[in-house]
Amino acid sequence: MKVITANRLIDGEVVFQGPEGTWVELIGEARVLADKDEIAAALALGAQAVAARLIVEPYEIDVIETDGRLEPARFREKIRAAGPTTHPALGKQARETA
Amino acid sequence: MYRYDEFDQAFVQERTAQFADQVRRRLSGELSEDEFKPLRLMNGLYLQLHAYMLRVAIPYGTLNSRQMRKLAHIARTYDKGYGHFTTRQNIQFNWPSLKDTPRILEELAEVEMHAIQTSGNCIRNVTADHFAGAAADEIADPRPYAEILRQWSSLHPEFSFLPRKFKVAITGAPHDRAAVQVHDIGLQLARNEAGEIGFVVFVGGGLGRTPMIGRKVRDFLPEEDLLAYSEAILRVYNRYGRRDNKYKARIKILVHETGLEDLKADIEAEFEKIRFGILRLPDAEVRRIATYFAPPQLDPRAGTSAKVETRKATDPAFARFVAHNLNPHRVPGYTSVTLSMKPIGGIPGDATDAQMDVIANLAEGYAFDEIRISHEQNVILPHVALDDLPEIFDVLVKTGMAEGNAGLITDIIACPGMDYCALATARSIPVAQRISERFGAPERQSDIGELKIKISGCINACGHHHVGHIGILGLEKKGEEFYQITLGGSADEQSSIGEIIGRGFSSDEVVDAIETLVDTYLKLRSSKDETFLDVYRRLGEDPFKEALYGAE
Ligand code: HEM
Ligand code: SF4
Repeated sequence: MKVITANRLIDGEVVFQGPEGTWVELIGEARVLADKDEIAAALALGAQAVAARLIVEPYEIDVIETDGRLEPARFREKIRAAGPTTHPALGKQARETA
Repeated sequence: MYRYDEFDQAFVQERTAQFADQVRRRLSGELSEDEFKPLRLMNGLYLQLHAYMLRVAIPYGTLNSRQMRKLAHIARTYDKGYGHFTTRQNIQFNWPSLKDTPRILEELAEVEMHAIQTSGNCIRNVTADHFAGAAADEIADPRPYAEILRQWSSLHPEFSFLPRKFKVAITGAPHDRAAVQVHDIGLQLARNEAGEIGFVVFVGGGLGRTPMIGRKVRDFLPEEDLLAYSEAILRVYNRYGRRDNKYKARIKILVHETGLEDLKADIEAEFEKIRFGILRLPDAEVRRIATYFAPPQLDPRAGTSAKVETRKATDPAFARFVAHNLNPHRVPGYTSVTLSMKPIGGIPGDATDAQMDVIANLAEGYAFDEIRISHEQNVILPHVALDDLPEIFDVLVKTGMAEGNAGLITDIIACPGMDYCALATARSIPVAQRISERFGAPERQSDIGELKIKISGCINACGHHHVGHIGILGLEKKGEEFYQITLGGSADEQSSIGEIIGRGFSSDEVVDAIETLVDTYLKLRSSKDETFLDVYRRLGEDPFKEALYGAE
């Protein structure tokens, strides 16, 4: 399972590709890609979003589902999806618990 | 302190306007990311894991209260209420948005600050001893020379596209507090027999993936030759430095591959061609620049303070603060105070907007409006009357900057690591926090004595781990954080690169491993005066290795 992630151009916020080429801020709302073709199509949408000045540097990441929640597989991406582990009150993690 | 002259002011404003236009063109689509990225980096704007990061230069670590208030204002208005002081005497803001950065740079320019040359393959922000202009052991204030180098290097057309970044550090005292031997050029002020001022010159120091101690190329470079000689070094580097491989492009590799004697000969030959040219530094110019750094008028006072002594007798926390966080001042009755940005269990180098305002107030009220940022990520009030210490301390206690731990085991340097940095292989800040908690008991840290722990979250070594008495490098192994320990590094006048002690440790194990090393040291030391580094140098790695891994 993969999702596409990037940073939003205007403020650097970590975003994920959501349904229909939208860009969402929480990984839970990301569109999960099952196979090569889906990934290729999603990356093509990513390239369009770069050209449209919405995002920068899109790439695919592995995700896993635990207890019905989508989570990045790699440690680095976990931190990107949540916020600094040293500042639980900052980043996306703060919103989720709010 | 140094005031911008009209040229500087115009230049910074022009640059700010230019960047505002570049951001506008990026947002309107005239510039692609590939075109824009080098431009934003030239203005100190990086893209990190969670957001953009703006790196603002604090030249030679010197600030006044107005500038500090501006940093507080920026943290509050455009960021999330804090900033991070770094080992390069910069401050980094971790959450600015791209659209706000032109405005931030405008605000900085209002107080003569900027983010130029904090990034890119140019001559970076020159760093200096944080006790400059105040320390009792100082030969002369190094900052005028740092400023002269800044003026010479700012947008130097010949040196804007060097093979790689280039860092210069300068210290004014025999005791090196600016880590000059791990910089591309390190300068140590010295006097010759005739009493004239000059520099011991080191070339080719650096950390990163290939750490090296700088090699001495001159025992005494006369003051007037500073720029011509620096230019000669840069020319040789620019000509011969490798551009084929980013990892071999720093001048340290050139020194290593060419050999010291040949390189010295190249530099001297280049120097001979230009030494009597326009770069010769007239004495009058040095004196003119030095007036900008003129120390405040300090009238000598009694060498001891009854107020301090009385308070010490009843307040152990204050006594510890006095024991560890003061540096001898050249004028009797004064001292340089280190405000600890390393609260126990806190994030090394982070300061909130409220703390920055408090620092500004203290500087204004008690310290002749001078503030310094140290490469050890602390804040210094360089000129304080001893009698004022109790009042200052009370304010620091209320605002979380009163830990009497300067130079001790909890005064840890840590880079941002995986919590922020896109290049990281592991986190560094949480490791620093856990070590700080483990050793935070005041008696314990005082007993352990001087011990510098430095942590980097990847091989780039922004946290200076190679020169930590204990260095910790965060790596990734099979998807997990993993920490390699080095021992015996040092970044003073006897600089050395630490040695890897053995296999690394998991995140769960690493703090215990540090404790084992510290306990081993305590057992081995011959007296309380023998520091961790002394013991390591006396006995070598074997006893520490055995303690960590058993007899193998
Ligand atoms: C978070 C964003 C940062 C990025 C992307 C970054 C990137 C890098 C890179 C790529 C290098 C190696 C360059 C080379 O040696 O050729 C480097 C070196 C260095 N960085 Fe950073 N850094 C960051 C933050 C910091 C911070 C926060 C500090 C201070 C605490 C710092 C201090 C240094 C120092 C002192 C070196 C020099 C090591 C040497 O002499 O080779 N950096 N940085
Ligand atoms: S050492 Fe590595 S992880 Fe730490 S700030 Fe530098 S580049 Fe980032």
